[in-house]
Amino acid sequence: MQFTLKSAAATLALTTALAVPASAELTGDLRIFFNDQNPAPRAAIEGMVERFQEMHPDLNIELTLIDREANKTQIRNYLTANAPDVNGWYAGNRMRPYVSAGLFEDVSDLWEGEMGEELASTRPALTLDGAQWGVPYTYYQWGIYYRTDIYDELGLTPATTWEEEIENCQAILDSGRKCYAIGTRFLWTAGGWFDYLNLRTHGYDFHMALTANEIPWTDDRVRETFAKWRELIDMGAFIDNHTAYTWQEAQPYLVNGQAAAYLMGNFIVEPLRDAGMTDDNLGFYQFPEITPGIPMAEDAPTDTLHIPAQAQNKEAAREFLRYVASAENQTIANEVLGQLPINSNAEVADDKFIQAGFEMLSNAEGGIAQFFDRDADAEMASAGMEGFQEFMVMPDNLDAILERLERTRQRILED
Amino acid sequence: MAAPIITESTPPPARGYWRSNQMKLAPWLFLAPGIVFFAVYVIFPIFQSFHISLYRWDGLGEARYIGMQNYERLFDDPAFYTSLWNNVRWLLLYLLAIPGGLFIALFLNQQVRGIRLYKSLFFFPFVISQVVVGLVFAWFYNPSIGLLNPILGLFGAGPVNILGNPNTVTYGIIAAGLWPQVAYCMILYLTGLNAVDPEQVEAARLDGAKGWRMLWYVILPQLRPATFIAVVVTVIGALRSFDMVSVMTSGGPFGSSRVLAYYMFEVSLSEYGFRMGYGAAIAVILFLIMLVYIAFFLWRMWREERGV
Repeated sequence: MQFTLKSAAATLALTTALAVPASAELTGDLRIFFNDQNPAPRAAIEGMVERFQEMHPDLNIELTLIDREANKTQIRNYLTANAPDVNGWYAGNRMRPYVSAGLFEDVSDLWEGEMGEELASTRPALTLDGAQWGVPYTYYQWGIYYRTDIYDELGLTPATTWEEEIENCQAILDSGRKCYAIGTRFLWTAGGWFDYLNLRTHGYDFHMALTANEIPWTDDRVRETFAKWRELIDMGAFIDNHTAYTWQEAQPYLVNGQAAAYLMGNFIVEPLRDAGMTDDNLGFYQFPEITPGIPMAEDAPTDTLHIPAQAQNKEAAREFLRYVASAENQTIANEVLGQLPINSNAEVADDKFIQAGFEMLSNAEGGIAQFFDRDADAEMASAGMEGFQEFMVMPDNLDAILERLERTRQRILED
Repeated sequence: MAAPIITESTPPPARGYWRSNQMKLAPWLFLAPGIVFFAVYVIFPIFQSFHISLYRWDGLGEARYIGMQNYERLFDDPAFYTSLWNNVRWLLLYLLAIPGGLFIALFLNQQVRGIRLYKSLFFFPFVISQVVVGLVFAWFYNPSIGLLNPILGLFGAGPVNILGNPNTVTYGIIAAGLWPQVAYCMILYLTGLNAVDPEQVEAARLDGAKGWRMLWYVILPQLRPATFIAVVVTVIGALRSFDMVSVMTSGGPFGSSRVLAYYMFEVSLSEYGFRMGYGAAIAVILFLIMLVYIAFFLWRMWREERGV
């Protein structure tokens, strides 16, 4: 028994081309706090744990699933008291408070060598202060999900330039529909629009500098971004009353054909399919170019696993993260998740939208942003997204909004 | 022979400290658990809030002393004034629960078949959780699936987006909050009405009082204790309105339905909140506002007890 398991582990290590030391006999407890209870992510993490358990039968693995939203506030408690050995979180500046407070373990050692190369695309997103603080297991593209049947009916093709986008939108409005479904009740959906408008108008470097508080919000270039947004708002492109809806509550507009498109992350595909949409009437296209010549950059939020600094069994935790990062695991887990693997040797699931996302992100010359609330400082993110929502309802308030955001930025810089 | 002398010169056999002070100590012993918990969970945190409000602290790392800076920033923060102003609206409009509860109580204070059932149905909203009330009202107001717009449509009134419009959102939430609060005031008045002296009512009737005059001059004065409690409970309830705001709008759209309690939570404990010091400063301001009412409440109690 012992022999077969060892050899199995060794074969695994060989097939995954990863430096999993076959001699590693892990014992003790491994406590994992995972931050999603939804069916697909749950199945994905349970699968990871099960496979890891088979490799290390003497390890006692304890998996706790925490609600995604609840985890965002609970993480402070469990990182400071009674920390697990592995916990789920997000890449980018979202890690900052915990890295600064010394609550995340530096896992740069895992990133040395082969694994680092396989995960190279997300290295910048996991790097703060020159070190890596976690390991990514999945990411997903953002883009425009649209009703192909409505486009066909109106004789439209997905836009590749801003002018086409506006023309298409006008045609959709003329047919008595809205161009875009959106629910801004929880603000972040407006952040997606800002990200794309800003990335396309001024490019990745400008966007990253802005979210890093290096550029004043009252800068004229920021106003240019909002001016593009205003074109859509003045046309009446967005559904009415979006402030009252969550992103889920806005979905029926797309499903019922009252709106033709939805700028969202790929996680919207599953609920839309559940609501009866199929590959025949749901399509995906990349957010169109605005300023010609600017390399296309995309939003692709990365979900990650980390080791708390106060973890008890860091050896096992490191081994687990190593397995999570492996091509084998990322292929299986992302097949279950319906998202994209990060490991460059992993295989991408055979699904229309995942394939489209994979292709888009592989060619994202401009760069890959995490998302407004993961790239920006927490406080700036919350003030910013609130401002975006206000702008969408009262675009005339732009000056006051930018003034306010600039004050927030100044204050953060002072602190 | 010597023995009696000795006994006379020695003090009477020492009674234990406990025995001699039993009467004084016993109440304190009974109060002790309450006092300990009150001190640890109420008094101490109040002072802790004062203390934290002088620091810049993200709740995780080192706290840095910054004096009154949090307060200076607070008084320069438009969101603070929005919250304060919303608190004032809550305070004033929430008081409508008192006349509302009174009239329902007067209406239900009669002997008909099944009155107990009606009373409990009216009391029902107070029994269910505030979170549920908030959810139900949020659905009711929802512009796409809610019942409100079709109802308004029957009267020819246009569709409204109560919770999505910065001008109406606070009123929408207060209306939802009033529903259980009216029920609470109703119960207070129903019990109060039981204690109304029938002889006085009889006497007033003989003197020709009825309707509003009867209510104002005869019934209401006898309901004063109930009114007092209703006012206190409603004012405190308005000042700590948090759950409704959180459930129905999360302070939105763009922060226009925030109240102080919610803003405090938002800056210090929510998803993007890491400013413990700033949150504590808001808590201190909220505490000072509440203190006015608490002081009034204590002063009334003290005056009444002396009057007895």
